[in-house]
Order: sequence, then C-alpha cells, then structure tokens
Amino acid sequence: MEMKSDRRRFLQQTAALAGVAAGAGLAAKSGPAKAQGNNVHVEPPRRGARYSIDHMTHYTPLHELKSVITPSRLHFMQQHTSEFPEIEEEHHTVSIYGLVDRPLRFSVADLKRLPSVSRVHFLECHANSSLAIHGTGNENMGPPVQYIHGMTSSSEWTGVPLSVLLREVGVKGTGTWIVNEGGDACNFSHTLPVGKAMEDCFIAYAQNGDPLRVEQGFPIRMIVPGWEAPFSVKYLKNIKVVDQPYHAWNESMNHSVARPDLGGKVRWYHFQFGPKSIITNPSAGLQMGGRGYNQITGIAWSGGGKITRVEISTDGGKNWRDAKIQDPVHTRAHTRFTYDWDWNGQDAVIVSRATDDQRELQPTLAELGKHWGISMDEWRQKEDKPRAIHMNSQQPWKVNKDGSISDALFT
Amino acid sequence: MRSLLKVLMPAVVLAAAIPVAVLAQSQGRAFPDVGKPLTEKEIKSFDRIIGPDGNALPVGHGNAKEGEAVYIKRCQVCHGVNGEGGILRRLVIGKPGQPYRGNFYGKNQDLMNGPSYYPVPTIAWDYINRAMPVPNPGTLTPNEVYSLVAFLFYRNGIINEGDVMDQNTLPKVVMPNKDGFVPAKPVYPADKKPSWY
Repeated sequence: MEMKSDRRRFLQQTAALAGVAAGAGLAAKSGPAKAQGNNVHVEPPRRGARYSIDHMTHYTPLHELKSVITPSRLHFMQQHTSEFPEIEEEHHTVSIYGLVDRPLRFSVADLKRLPSVSRVHFLECHANSSLAIHGTGNENMGPPVQYIHGMTSSSEWTGVPLSVLLREVGVKGTGTWIVNEGGDACNFSHTLPVGKAMEDCFIAYAQNGDPLRVEQGFPIRMIVPGWEAPFSVKYLKNIKVVDQPYHAWNESMNHSVARPDLGGKVRWYHFQFGPKSIITNPSAGLQMGGRGYNQITGIAWSGGGKITRVEISTDGGKNWRDAKIQDPVHTRAHTRFTYDWDWNGQDAVIVSRATDDQRELQPTLAELGKHWGISMDEWRQKEDKPRAIHMNSQQPWKVNKDGSISDALFT
Repeated sequence: MRSLLKVLMPAVVLAAAIPVAVLAQSQGRAFPDVGKPLTEKEIKSFDRIIGPDGNALPVGHGNAKEGEAVYIKRCQVCHGVNGEGGILRRLVIGKPGQPYRGNFYGKNQDLMNGPSYYPVPTIAWDYINRAMPVPNPGTLTPNEVYSLVAFLFYRNGIINEGDVMDQNTLPKVVMPNKDGFVPAKPVYPADKKPSWY
C-alpha cells in the first residue's frame, strides 16, 4: 500500500513537471494526472497524459525525440480502461479457434519457441491529429506537436508471424476475417481481414528488445503494420476465425465517422494510413533560437510502405524544396528528415509533405477535405466542426517575428 | 492363437487409433509439438465474440421491464436516467415508438451514441457483455444482458416494450441505421485509390 501511495505521489509530481515542461501559454484546464491502479510503470515527466473514467492516454513528446525509434516508455498509449491488467506471463495464453481445422492454445513460452521476426513499425491512433483537438491542450498534455500529433510512435517489435500460427490451426476456406480479443478489463476486440493477417501481421512479445511494457500490452500484443493502431490489439488473448467482419463496438462507434462524400453515411473501416509528415522542430508552443540558421527537422511515415521523399516549404506551401532523408528508412515506420533553413527573422509559415513508395503524396487539409466533401469553411468552424479520423493532412506552423510559433492549420 | 488375438485385439485397435488421432491433429502442422489442442467444450467456456449472425449467443432472455431494473442498479450512475447521458455517453437517441432515422453528420454528429447508431443488433449484446459495467465488466448474467439490450432497444424505439430478447430473437432485430455504413462488406486490399480514402 505504501508503495502504491508513493507511486501516486510520484505521478502527481511528474504530472506537475510535465506542466512545467510544456511551457507557458497553454491554458491550465485540469488538475494533476491521477494515478490509475497499482500497475503503472514509473512515468517520466516528458510524457503528456490525459486520464478519464474509461480512458487513459499518453502522448509522445515528438519534439524532444531524435530517433526513428521512440523510447518504449514514451510510446503513445490509448487504453480503453481506467487500469492496466495485471497479467502473469507464465499463465497467459492465446487461443485460436473458430473456422479452423485444429483449434489450438499457445502459451507465451510456446510463442517464443516459434520462428520470430523483428521489424520497426509505427503505430498511430486513428484519431491522431484530429481537427477537434487543435487548441484544446492542457498543462499535462505537452505542446501542440505532442498533444495534437503525439499519438504516433515507432518501435522495433519482435514476435511470431500470425501466418505461422494460422497455418498451425489451418484456416478453413470460409474463414475470411479474424477477431482479435485482449485480456484487459474491457476485453477490447477488433476485426482483421485474413488477407492482411497472413501478409505481415505478427504477435509481438518484445518492444525495442525488451519485454512489452504493461501499457503496451504485456505480455503479448498484435502488430498490424501500417494500419490504424486499434487493429493492434494489446494483451492478446483470443483469436476467432470468422466468415464476415464482426463490426465490434470499438469499430462501429468511436472508430467510425459520417462523411458528406458518402451521403452522410459512415465509412466503417479505415485500414491503412496515408503518407504523413510533421515538422517537430520548430513547432507551435516552442521558441525560435533566433534569426539565422535554424535546422528544420521532423518525422515522416506511411502505412503504404517506405518514405521516398520529404519536401519543405517555408512560405506556406507556395514553393517546395527537398529535405534530407536520414538513414535508416524502414517500411511503415517513422523516418527522420532534416532541412537547412536560414530564418530571416520575418513571419514565415513552415510546412512539410511526404511521398511514399506507392507514389502517394501527403495532401493539404483542403485537398483532404475535397476528397471527403468537406470545405475549408466547414473545417474552420468552431461549432460542429466535422469529425475526422485518419487525418494525414499537412501541418503548417507559423513562425512569428518575435520567435514564437503557432498552429497555422486553419489559416 | 485365436484367443491370443482376442486378448490383443483391443490393444491393436487402440494402438492403431491413437496415432491416427494424433496424426489428424498434427496433419499439415509445421510445429506439431508446440501448443495444445482446444476442445469444443473449452471454447464454449470462454468464447464471448458474438457476430452479426448471433451464432455464439448463449441461451437466455429478457424484456425491457426487467432491463430497466438492471439498468437503474448497474448503469444509471454513468449513463443517466433512461440512458439519456451522464458522466459517460448517452445511450438513447430515439424515443419509444419513434426510432431515430436521421444521419450522424454535421449538427447530428454527437448523436453517434448507443444502439440507434449500430447497424446490427448483436453489437449491443457483445459490447455490454464484454465491457460493461465499467468497474466490473463480465459480472452481468446472460439474462441481465438480454434484458438490458431489450430496455435500450425499447427506449430507442427499436422494439416494443413487451418484446423478449433471446438468442433467437435478438439477431433478427432490424436496426434503424442498418444502411448507414459503407461499404457493407469492406474489401482488402482497398479497391479505391488513394489508400487514405
């Protein structure tokens, strides 16, 4: 009990520190982050956090990181419960059943006996960069690049290809979808097409060489490369092979959105993320170092494959020049870019755009809106702003004469 | 000799049968020594993944009146009186006898809540059973879940007050928003470019 209260005190202190780190200018809207359960790993002060009765969210401080690998402890997290499950690895199993020839149950030790893969992939919340979150941060959530775009992270994940396990159970011809179910309190469930499952999905038991952290699904989680992260079910416990999409609650509610281009109907599934990039430094809420040389740097990624090109504009998208892409470049993973910029001390709008090896180009917000049948005026309106998920539009930042930087998405 | 066969026969049959059974289990397996077979009985004991066909629904039943009593005890504290909203999302958009048939866009986007939005009825059963109530999910009996579904469907104008929800009637309920999702059968790989459509 003493340990628990110590931890709680630590969380409150670190939450307060996070507020300091986030800097002035962000309105204080909520109190210190509340400790949740007794299973929370020690939180570093840099992690932005938001907790509610049925959700826990951690935002990655993208502006403080310099690698294609996000440190595991700073990986973003969106948990649909108020506590993390306490699972003992020795007793945890994953059962595969449904439309299969041989239903089987594997212990975590079993999974570790099987052939493994180790790959660097990003995970991103379907609601990352959502329009509604612009301007709503508080002192626990970090600067805009963290709380608006910080629900994406990139790690080296190690585990067993799902194709190995699905071959062991023998998927019947009628088995076209699977439902993955977690062992957390809400038994989080999500459907996945068998085609993708056989292609490149795997059950991970390690992140950046370590066992998974509790908030990342200890002891095992699904990894569905390039697709919105709700597919990558944590605390994986059951896999049921079925004959149609099951449209679990989490797919039909928070993870769907009505769109005017579909006559006000809802596109049920969003799979792959498009090409996307963010300038992390300089970015809103931070301060310019001063007139003269300032390196522009950030991350680019795509659910479609490798990033092949990143371009930078320092005049709000009128003229574009290539940024340098930094090795290593992994498939469906954060990729770093740098750009040499000599700031003349005047107002400027800086923005990046990425191209992937499918030759797809990151759209502007106006282009994305055109695709969805939403005008910029509608995006800009304060009330009833159209809900949007899977946002991969360009993010312009306004560098002001006084060295302050602001969010210029809606200008 | 014959008597010897008689004595040995059961053993011969057994010896022949065991490898056949093991073979059937391991046929086509690359790693036959890894993992344990699951029996149908075991699967039934833990399977809570319910699809639109309702095949895996457990036996049980309930109506709106019974559901209201369960709701007041287990759900109202968060979802408010009659499911009209509290500290957690509202669950009722329609009215008894008047289901909500509008869209969920623009000014109506905040109505994306509760069974009026679900295109298939089984989502309500699956989700309440797996994730509710928030502090103690998994503590509702099948009858309680059926009756809660009946109560929420009734309050949303989807079924009548006296309708009984059970493993046979629930999957047949026609939802007011059944045509609100596209595509009805999503495909992979995507049939439309760009991929972020």
